[in-house]
Amino acid sequence: MAQDILEEITSSEYKYGFVTDIEADSAPMGLSEDIVRFISAKKNEPEWMLESRLKAYRHWLKMEEPTWAHVQYPKIDFQNIIYYSAPKQTKVLNSLDEVDPELLKTFEKLGISLEEQKRLTGVAVDAVIDSVSVKTTFKEKLGELGIIFSSFSEAVHEHPELIKKYMGSVVPYTDNYYAALNAAVFSDGSFCYIPKGVRCPMELSTYFRINSAGTGQFERTLIVADEGSYVSYLEGCTAPMRDENQLHAAVVELISHDNAEIKYSTVQNWYPGDKDGKGGIYNFVTKRGVCYTNAKISWTQVETGSAITCKYPSVILKGDNSTGEFYSVAVTNNMQQADTGTKMIHIGKNTKSTIISKGISAGKSNNSYRGLVRIGKKAENARNFSQCDSLLMGDKCGAHTYPYIEIGNSSGVVEHEATTSKIGEDQIFYCNQRGISNEDAIGLIVNGYCKEVLNKLPMEFAVEAQKLLSISLEGSVG
Amino acid sequence: MGPNGSGKSTLASVLAGRADYEVTEGEVTFNGKDLLDMAPEERAREGLFLAFQYPVEIPGVSNINFLKTAVAEVRKHRGLAPLEAKDFLKFFNEKKALVEMDSNLTSRSVNEGFSGGEKKRNEILQMAMLEPKLAILDETDSGLDIDALRIVANGVNKLKSPDNATVVITHYQRLLDYIVPDFVHVLYNGRIVKSGGKELALELEEKGYDWIKKEVAELA
Repeated sequence: MAQDILEEITSSEYKYGFVTDIEADSAPMGLSEDIVRFISAKKNEPEWMLESRLKAYRHWLKMEEPTWAHVQYPKIDFQNIIYYSAPKQTKVLNSLDEVDPELLKTFEKLGISLEEQKRLTGVAVDAVIDSVSVKTTFKEKLGELGIIFSSFSEAVHEHPELIKKYMGSVVPYTDNYYAALNAAVFSDGSFCYIPKGVRCPMELSTYFRINSAGTGQFERTLIVADEGSYVSYLEGCTAPMRDENQLHAAVVELISHDNAEIKYSTVQNWYPGDKDGKGGIYNFVTKRGVCYTNAKISWTQVETGSAITCKYPSVILKGDNSTGEFYSVAVTNNMQQADTGTKMIHIGKNTKSTIISKGISAGKSNNSYRGLVRIGKKAENARNFSQCDSLLMGDKCGAHTYPYIEIGNSSGVVEHEATTSKIGEDQIFYCNQRGISNEDAIGLIVNGYCKEVLNKLPMEFAVEAQKLLSISLEGSVG
Repeated sequence: MGPNGSGKSTLASVLAGRADYEVTEGEVTFNGKDLLDMAPEERAREGLFLAFQYPVEIPGVSNINFLKTAVAEVRKHRGLAPLEAKDFLKFFNEKKALVEMDSNLTSRSVNEGFSGGEKKRNEILQMAMLEPKLAILDETDSGLDIDALRIVANGVNKLKSPDNATVVITHYQRLLDYIVPDFVHVLYNGRIVKSGGKELALELEEKGYDWIKKEVAELA
């Protein structure tokens, strides 16, 4: 039953509807202690969870909105946002006529649906429509291995000991403005626990969707890989056409215990606003993981959407011999702004980190890489390699690089390489002369440029990402 | 043929549809169609091929993937389905042998780090794969050593058929020892000022262009 609903809602939406007519069960607009209590009550949360939310809320009130990123936007009115909206599980009606044909075309080109994904790959999908997980699939199968993969709310009820232990352990509510906001009002998200020595046999995947008008999306993801375990997690996003800006402030925490490995891959394709910069998602996400001895965390992201992206998936290399990786493609077109990168915090001995960042700017957009590599005092023989490449298309866009390097131990080796290049008209003409259209030529060239990163994505995700790159850059040259 | 600056490469670029050139007058008909009305990629799909004098490098795009895309586009235009992977590979290996192309070059990025000779051979390989009606070789012999020249010329000769034509732009008789032309045209100041058989090339090799320039001046 619930399975059917999932399919009905998700697969049809991707093809047709963007403002799905799910009757929203929304909180009143604005933010106050009452709203925090409302959200907590809606989710039947235990007292400790409410307390944790209130603590975060009270702390948030004392904080100031950060302004250091290289992005510009009108001040957000936090009282003008609906903080909770849950879909009622009813049959969805779609009307093709209401949908922007441009968007339709894009989705046609992408040709993705949840159903297809599952069929192709055996991916377990935890679909989040607005804020409440509709249904978690493959749960039983995973259950046999002792793997927990559920919505965050469910985990609060069923595994309170794990949530209490790990939630906020990597990104405490005091960490930053948006992390505090998230801790106060987060609606739902995903929780994943891989027991000792278990290799998760499938890619775990969550499809996020932002839906009801004016609803901020405050997801929370927590992934715990116990000793010697392995998991690959996919996060992918699309959002409907909207006029007013929408705030998205998610928190993702990864805990990779001794000898464990977490691979976290993201394809982010939220509505970037129109050509004049009207509308679009504000994507202010805190993503961080901690590695214990011999552990590994690898972030791979393909960011093509959102009006504004500020996002720095980071790794704290706490244990000796641990490894952190960050592979990123960030595309900005038209009026989009992205300030993204990573932080690699080397604390343990013999820790290693690799950063490969590919920024592509087109239109009048601005694309910044901001990264920190910190080698702590006790991090003997730490190694880092960073490569930051920027590709410019046209002459009205900007590419910026802000690498921060802090070295507290003289045995560390830190390498930083950076290049800036432009897609040449000569390259495009060469492709044209071989029968390849402008659009396909750009796709070919851009995908070639991003190859090192795309190669890190799971196969089915890579295909989607490639299409996305071409679509995002459509009409940006010639 | 023709002296430097006479418009040989310009002609090639205009026919291929390079955006830097604007056609102010005249018309070009290609197989009964208005060539100038077509986008560069349409011209290519219609069977016009330009072997570039300076082939560009496309980092990250493998040669074979590039060829696969191009061949699929041209086939689509001709109403054909893309080749199955196996058939494509067979076709590819056939053509690769034609230009004696090293296997490791095919998996590398398009022209990236190729020597001058390898780039030119790659152009002929692409030509062989795309099976154009009209191929224009823009100074394909420049920068080639004797062996590469022979290989490139052999490739061109083997591709010759009653259904296609090749325009070879060159400065030297050397290439024409291998590719024997049916006609030789001399371009000067943007016009064909003299045409003849293969002997004309030999005459030019011997006497240079001055006598032609003089002839033109006298006629004017």
